[in-house]
This record gives sequence, structure tokens and C-alpha cells, in this order.
Amino acid sequence: MITVYVPRDSSALGLGAERVANAIQVEAAKRGAAINLVRNGSRGLYWLEPMVEVATASGRVAYGPVQPGDVPGLFDTGLLEGKAHPLCMGPTEEIPYLKNQERLTFARVGITDPVSLDDYLAHDGYRGLRNALAKEPAAIVEEVTASGLRGRGGAAFPTGIKWKTVLNTPAEQKYIVCNADEGDSGTFSDRMIMEGDPFVLIEGMTIAGLAVGAAQGYIYLRVEYPHADVALNQAIEAALAAGYLGDNILGSGKRFHLEVRLGAGAYVCGEETALMESIEGKRGMVRFKPPLPAIEGLFGQPTVVNNVISLASVPIILDKGGKYYADYGMGRSRGTLPLQLAGNVKRPGLIEKAFGMTLRELLYDYGGGSASGRPIRAVQVGGPLGSFMPESQFDTPLDYEAFSAIWAVLGHGGVVVFDDTVDMAKMARYAMEFCAAESCGKCTPCRIGSTRGMEVMDRIIENQDRTKNLALLRDLGDTMLAGSLCALGGMTPYPVLSALNHFPEDFGEKNVAQVA
Amino acid sequence: MTQTEWDRDAVTEVIEQKKSMPGALLPILHGIQDRNGFIPEDAVPQIAKALNLSRAEVHGVISFYHYFRTTPPGKRTIHLCRAESCQAMNSQALEAHIQARLGIGYHETTADGTFSLEPVYCLGNCACSPSMMIDHEVHGRITPQSFDAIINELKEMAA
Ligand SMILES: Cc1cc2nc3c(=O)[nH]c(=O)nc-3n(C[C@H](O)[C@H](O)[C@H](O)COP(=O)(O)O)c2cc1C
Ligand code: SF4
Ligand code: FES
Repeated sequence: MITVYVPRDSSALGLGAERVANAIQVEAAKRGAAINLVRNGSRGLYWLEPMVEVATASGRVAYGPVQPGDVPGLFDTGLLEGKAHPLCMGPTEEIPYLKNQERLTFARVGITDPVSLDDYLAHDGYRGLRNALAKEPAAIVEEVTASGLRGRGGAAFPTGIKWKTVLNTPAEQKYIVCNADEGDSGTFSDRMIMEGDPFVLIEGMTIAGLAVGAAQGYIYLRVEYPHADVALNQAIEAALAAGYLGDNILGSGKRFHLEVRLGAGAYVCGEETALMESIEGKRGMVRFKPPLPAIEGLFGQPTVVNNVISLASVPIILDKGGKYYADYGMGRSRGTLPLQLAGNVKRPGLIEKAFGMTLRELLYDYGGGSASGRPIRAVQVGGPLGSFMPESQFDTPLDYEAFSAIWAVLGHGGVVVFDDTVDMAKMARYAMEFCAAESCGKCTPCRIGSTRGMEVMDRIIENQDRTKNLALLRDLGDTMLAGSLCALGGMTPYPVLSALNHFPEDFGEKNVAQVA
Repeated sequence: MTQTEWDRDAVTEVIEQKKSMPGALLPILHGIQDRNGFIPEDAVPQIAKALNLSRAEVHGVISFYHYFRTTPPGKRTIHLCRAESCQAMNSQALEAHIQARLGIGYHETTADGTFSLEPVYCLGNCACSPSMMIDHEVHGRITPQSFDAIINELKEMAA
């Protein structure tokens, strides 16, 4: 029996993967070929999706992008033997885009059947949990601290320190909350993990529970990810049935339960305190800090809130040791970052690499330049609250500190590419509009400032009182930077002012303006 | 379905099933919208009573979240991505095409009740921009032509 892989990843489905899978079944039946069709996650080579793989004696061979109409022809030329065809990309693991990556967190994504516990176990799954069960809670936290892992949700706070606070705060009930709101535009790594390897997130959360003494976990998932919802719930059920979750994890007497909760389309609910309000059944209003969530979080109890990628990186750290993970990276940015390359780029996808590669290598060596073939003019890194970066900054290494030194942010690792047709004044206006639409309304600079910002940008675009309005825009930016409770209001000036500083010509200015 | 037509039994069932969960309000609102397509205004008193909240509190939560709606949607809801990666791939031209083709703007439903159009800020499909979601399915690399083909197919299925 020959194994054929067609992804169940939602982006692949959005390009016709379901119809391709059906066509393959039909064609195989017609030819009397016995195949085992596995619905894997995506390898993250999205320009090749829907990407079909065939297991051969010498490894898996990739074909893509495949449409249903290609299937009979593929069978004719020997798809099931991995033979040549115009769509054949050769051995999957030899495709440079994949070969040159360092996949630690994404080690299994695209390789396994995401909801098969057996497949997970056969690919080193749950080794981290077994090690964790043999350790004292403080020793688990120590391993995570030694890895140097910093939160991948945006703020890059050291995960080990957060866990230590929760461990050292006594309480009857503590919680592990996974932030799966993934609201940042241009990002999809959380989705790929949840759809492509949900067990790794479940394992990471279980280890977090053991580390801090929490018996209940919640995954706060954005409602826009229905396929992740299905995959997570299937995996939770399988883990529960096999004793990897529940009241007696692998016979240890330790408890951990997990539940998925859906968001409802509010970007601000990705902010950790608004997220907890939302789980509690309230409006997603940001809370004042202190108290820290680690001390008084969900339902008033000590709570770990971590991003999907942070938690999904924990199993390999507990499996191979903190040092193994920390050996990747540069400076204070340890380990790997799953980068998400999107927008106007020839080869968009998921690239997990140790920190330290330059933006230029990412854009050209991996991305292959723009999709339109025109020059790349700007990239926005770190989601809708991240700065726009011009070509003169493309040699910046992907490292938290290197980015903050030039008033930019790595955030959740999203990189959106724009060619030279982009109008940066319109992008600045959009950033203000987004902030106005998503503000929770608690602070005036964010709520009112963003609406004023839109109006000011409209006037700048229409060339009314330009000098006065540009000064007003900078003032508004300063007010929002200084007077906002959370990063929605506090960082909207990053895209707005970086656009103005680096691309003043789009705002009708001749000279390079002051750097913020 | 009109504003006043909704399934009271389904709403009661959802509430009974979920009311003892910690933080039950969002799961209940989701359950009602999944079963009914929207959250009827006159279900609010019943939700409030079951959770020991004021009606104003329940209203406040419903109105805070973009996803919850209090009016019936069309047979299919199209969520069109307005965020940056899709913009970089010409989503604004696509948006103009879609609005002209359907003859509606955002938050509106076609006169025949077939399609509702809602904006969304990223579907996590950015590597295949521009993107939209119809009900629960994402569609990527949309062009005006592929949009028309998808819409025609859905219309035929409905007919
Ligand atoms: C407006 C806003 C939106 C946010 N959205 C997300 C999100 O979608 N996912 C996420 O993990 N963190 C998001 N964050 C960051 C969280 O507040 C928090 O720092 C993070 O969940 C902590 O996890 P980490 O340490 O593992 O990164 C957001 C923050 C703000 C201010
Ligand atoms: S900055 Fe905006 S989103 Fe954040 S707390 Fe203030 S009003 Fe709410
Ligand atoms: S920006 Fe449109 S899907 Fe992410």
C-alpha cells in the first residue's frame, strides 16, 4: 500500500486540497491502486499548496501546486512511484526552502497525521512530558528558564520567569491559558501548529500545568479558525482516552484538564487581560496591571498566559534540555522563531530558523522577491502594530534587540511584503482605522486619538494644510505612545510614524523627516 | 427567517447545556448563534436570567464582539479580509468587485437573502492572499474571476 499525503491545513483547503484528495481517491480506485491517503498538516511551502506527497522507498516526494485536473496526468506519469512530472519538486526534504530551516517547534508539522496519537508518539511525541513527570516542578521551570525561551506572542517576556511567579504563588486553583487568538495580520504559525500538530500544544500545556501546579487549562481560540477547533478537540479527546490528560496523567496521580474556548472577533482579546475577561464571559476590556495575571489572573487565580508557539516549544525543551534549545539563536534571542512570510512575495510560507538571519535573506533567499516581480519597497514586521521597514533596514538581523534598536518589532514573527505600488500614507491611515475599530475604549488617547488620526490622515492625503496636519499627526502619535494602557493604542504609532519617517514622499514631504 | 422567527427550544437547550460552565456567557452566545444564525434580542432576558446577569450586561457583551449579530444573516456569510497581507495582494480591487457584484456593502445582506458581507481582519491565510471565508471555509488567492465562479456555484447549489 502506497501512502499519499494531501494536507488538511485550512489554507491548503482554501486552494482546493479537498477536491484534490477526492480526485486522487477516484483515480486510484479507477486504476485499482491501493493507496493510504493521509491528511497531514502543511509543510508551510504555501506557493506549492495544494502540495501532494508520495512515500517512496527513498523518502517522500513532493508535487505542487496540484489542482484536481492535474491528477489523471500525474497518475499517468507515475505519481505513485514518485516519478518525474512538471509539478514534481523532488524529494520534499531536499527542497532548499525546507532543507535550510531549523525546525524544532515545527518538527512534525506536515509530516504526521495531526490527530493521530500513534503518529505523534512515533515521532518523538510526549517524551518531554515523560521527562517532566520525573522532575520536581521547580526543576521543570528551571529547564524552561535555561532554554532562554521568550514569549512568542509579541512581548518577548521570559517564559521561565513568568512560570516561576505562578509556581511561587500559593493557591488552590491555578490556570494555564493558551493565547490562540492570533489576531496579528500576516501571521499564521499558531494556526499551523493547531491544525498540523495539536498534540505538541497539548503536551506543552500539560507540562506547564505540572510546572506551576495548575490542573485546568483553557485554549482561547479565535473563531476564525474552525479547522483548528476541530483538530484540537479531536486531539484532546484522544489524549484524554489514552491517559495523557485527565485525573491521573500516565499513572502519576497528577491532574490536567483542557478546554477550548472560542473568541468572537475582537482583536483586543489577544491582549492577555482582555482575553481573561472574555473567558470569564465579559466584554474584552483591558485590565490595569498590577496585579499581574501570574498572581491574580483568570477568575482571580494565579495564571500562566502564553502564546501557542511559546507553549508548543516546551516539549522539545523538556525532551532535549534547555541547553539544546538555547544553543540556537543570537544575543538574548535564544532558540528559533517560526517566521511567517506573506503579502506580495513569490514564495510565501513558514520559515522556522534560529534568530540571527537577516530580513534580506528571508525576503530574497526564501521569499524569492516580490510576487509581482516589482521591487520590494516596504515590509511590515510584527503584525498591525509593527513598524514598516524600508530597504535600507533589510540587513537587520531577526533578533528582538536589533529590531527594538531601530524602533521596530519582531512580535509574533509575521512579515508582510509590499511592492513599489504601495501608498504608505494609505497604510498609515489604515493603521489608525484598525485601532479605532478594535479599541476597547478604556483610554482616551487610543479611542479618540485613533479616530482623530484617521481624520488627520484624510486631510494629509487630500493635501489640506499639510504642514499643520503632519505636526498634528506626530503629536497624536506621542499622546498615544505615552497615554495608552496597552499596546493597541500604545503601538499604533509604530506603523504610522515609521511610514512617515521612512516614506515621507508619500505624505507629500520632500526631505527625510526626523526619526521618532 | 425574520427577526421574530427563532427557535425558542434550541435557545433553551443551549442555555441549559452550558449555563454551569465557568464563564458561560460566550459559549452560550456562540451556541445560540450557531443554531440560529444570530442572537435574537428577545432571547436576552432568558440568557440574563439563567446567568444571573442584568440584560444590560448581556447586551453589552453581545455588542462588544464583532462576530455576534442580532439580525438574521443571509444564507451564506462572506467574510472578506481587509488586513495588510491581503491589501498587498490587491484586496482593495477585489473588495470593489465583490461589493459591485453583490450590490451590497459591509454588514449588508443581498435583497434575495443569499449573501451577507462582513469585513474581517486576517484569516490566518495570509500566505495565500487575498482571502475570504464563506461560512466556515477559507478561500485563498481570490481573483474577481474565481470569486464569480465560487458565487455562481453556490447560487446553483441553492437553486
Ligand atoms: C492588542 C493586543 C493584542 C494581542 N494579541 C495577541 C495574540 O493574538 N496572541 C498572543 O499570543 N499574544 C497577543 N498579545 C500579547 C499578550 O498580551 C501576551 O503578551 C501574550 O499572550 C503572552 O504570551 P507569551 O509570553 O507566550 O508571548 C496581544 C497584546 C495586545 C496588546
Ligand atoms: S490602549 Fe486602547 S485597547 Fe488598549 S486598553 Fe487603552 S483603549 Fe483599550
Ligand atoms: S491578512 Fe488577509 S488573511 Fe491574513
